[in-house]
Amino acid sequence: MSTATEHPTYNYKVVRQFAIMTVIWGIVGMTVGVLIASQLVWPQLNFDIPWLTYGRLRPLHTNAVIFAFGGSALFATSYYVVQRTCQVRLFSDALASFTFWGWQAVIVAAAITLPLGLTSSKEYAELEWPIDLLIAVVWVTYAVVFLGTVKNRKTSHIYVGNWFYMAFIITVAVLHIVNSMAMPVSMWKSYSVYAGAVDAMVQWWYGHNAVGFFLTAGFLGMMYYFVPKQAERPIYSYRLSIVHFWALIATYMWAGGHHLHYTALPDWTQSVAMVMSLILLAPSWGGMINGMMTLSGAWHKLRTDPVLRFLVVSLSFYGMSTFEGPMMSIKTVNALSHYTDWTVGHVHAGALGWVAMISVGATYHMIPRLWGKAQMASVALVNTHFWLATIGTVLYICAMWVNGILQGLMWRAVNEDGTLTYSFVEALEASHMGYFVRALGGAFWVTGMLLMAYNVWQTVRKDSTAPVADATAQAA
Amino acid sequence: MSAFWSAWIIVITLAVILGCAWLLFATRKSQPHQETTEETLGHAFDGIEEYDNPLPKWWFQLFVGTVIFGLVYLVAYPGLGSFPGVLGWTSTGQWETEMQHAEENYAPVFAKYAALSVEELQKDENAAGLKMGQRMFANNCSVCHGTSATGAHGFPNLTDNDWLYGGAPDAIKHTIAEGRIGGMPPWGAVLGEDGVRDMANYVLALSGKAVDSESVARAKPQFQALCTACHSADGTGLQALGAPNLTDDIWLYGGTFEKVAHTIRNGRNGVMPAHKALLSDDKIHLITAYVYSLSDK
Repeated sequence: MSTATEHPTYNYKVVRQFAIMTVIWGIVGMTVGVLIASQLVWPQLNFDIPWLTYGRLRPLHTNAVIFAFGGSALFATSYYVVQRTCQVRLFSDALASFTFWGWQAVIVAAAITLPLGLTSSKEYAELEWPIDLLIAVVWVTYAVVFLGTVKNRKTSHIYVGNWFYMAFIITVAVLHIVNSMAMPVSMWKSYSVYAGAVDAMVQWWYGHNAVGFFLTAGFLGMMYYFVPKQAERPIYSYRLSIVHFWALIATYMWAGGHHLHYTALPDWTQSVAMVMSLILLAPSWGGMINGMMTLSGAWHKLRTDPVLRFLVVSLSFYGMSTFEGPMMSIKTVNALSHYTDWTVGHVHAGALGWVAMISVGATYHMIPRLWGKAQMASVALVNTHFWLATIGTVLYICAMWVNGILQGLMWRAVNEDGTLTYSFVEALEASHMGYFVRALGGAFWVTGMLLMAYNVWQTVRKDSTAPVADATAQAA
Repeated sequence: MSAFWSAWIIVITLAVILGCAWLLFATRKSQPHQETTEETLGHAFDGIEEYDNPLPKWWFQLFVGTVIFGLVYLVAYPGLGSFPGVLGWTSTGQWETEMQHAEENYAPVFAKYAALSVEELQKDENAAGLKMGQRMFANNCSVCHGTSATGAHGFPNLTDNDWLYGGAPDAIKHTIAEGRIGGMPPWGAVLGEDGVRDMANYVLALSGKAVDSESVARAKPQFQALCTACHSADGTGLQALGAPNLTDDIWLYGGTFEKVAHTIRNGRNGVMPAHKALLSDDKIHLITAYVYSLSDK
């Protein structure tokens, strides 16, 4: 990889490191996802080995795709974007390097401890206290590097993409530290400092804001740079970005209670969560509109540019899942959808359709520029990846919609004597085909990611055949 | 909730909602262009410019609509601190109403069969009642006993006419309603490892399994001294205590030498949970009839 040219001003080394790990962790996380999806179709794939059972690999999958794949994409793009839009080098190369190695250490620790069954049992925050401490240190360092760079900027204003990255970094620090507060009893065992319904509420305040700030605000920051950059068009509306930014971060904070509808959570908390979730629809769509409308006058580029296709389709899935979310937060709808595969489908409409698509698109945008190339080694393979990802996502979410509604209806069906029409296992049997289609959709995604890895390798290796960017483009 | 916390919740909830509305209206009011424009803010970030376009009208209306809906909802339902909402709705109230509705609708269906004995329910003309029992079994019992009631390791097979606590209708009903606790004490410390293995041979011999006869002879006095109080002198068990019959080659925790030795060495604890708080008497009656039917061939 020695063809990489050093930029005269910016620190591209850490961006390159995180960009490569984005691809690698994407393959790892999604492969584990396909394995556990397949275990639901063919339980023999547990192989009777405790470390490979669904209950231990599921948190490994979620941690790997959210924090390893998504996290690396956020680190890579945020370091890239903040330098280019502030026209200044990262605040500290040493601290930036620490965030890279620290974050990789967190991921490796997760990959070891979760299969061993070491877990705090908090969803999306399963890692035990020593790893939590490392996360906190790395994250605070990340905040110092990012905010320090913004402070040193050579531009008069702070670009909208950086608002979103800053909101994401600061809020995730608060969420992680508050939710992970625990009393250690041994090296690998701790108990949450919260109890009962309060513990559940803190957990879902964290859990939903992990979606809101990690998987939404951070990736909106990405969107605000890579969509206008790839389309070579101005952002549609500055005013819209102001309103939807502040409204988004203000209302997301309240929405977590909708994960606990019809539980021991007090009625008032559930109502407020539902109301805020509905008000969240317009602020969420503000980002989609601003991205989509930025393409006006550039739609023809979609015919020739598969990278732009990734970005635009990601916005479509973002719009769809941020409509679906508020609808599912309505208690009457939630009564049907809760605990079913519909929830899983909704999450993946966001995770695959939005987060993964835009990360992949942004990575395809950055890779040639980081290694001094004019474009990826094979644009045709990028296009193939695009179609694999799109078809995979559609297969996945359709399968889960069908399964979810099927399960919801079967669980609530009653006979004329008031007894339940179906036992749990009957609903499970009926879900079998959906589980197969879901695993197939996941396999499409992994295949696409493997093509990406090959294409990236062909672009960055020493004797790469990818066309070299001209000197002015490299310095830009 | 104290008055302070109630006020706190009301203030911050309304502050966020009204703050969003204020930002929305203030931005709209100050926008210089009412239609799409080519004018930008005049600065660029890495070449990216920003148009000074107005907020899309339909989006503005969508936002206002959700804010109005939210405020109306918070007046109607509990949400603003301890203010209960003008509709007086509570989740507990909704549950009680639904349960009352179900009771009114379904109680007569069950009451019809409550008057019949378990034996009478086995007749063909009462097949519908037995079917209801089967459905309730599927939803309440099958997790442990299996959908076909054939049991699993530690959970008795209900189809083999081998009963730990008796197979008469009253005994079955008592088991379902009150639950059972089956405790086999551990004998490893008393017998020692050699004694445990001798005893396992003895127990297997009771079921006619081919075993080491010298071990059986060694264990016999120990069995008479330690085991007969529950399992009776001939090893046929005692239903009053739930002590299994050891002579029928039916094994709750497995009938291999190692499994039987484990049972003797470490003891076993089995629990059938009581269901009287979960299911009405009439429902338990029908489940009893269904369970009875499984071995009443």
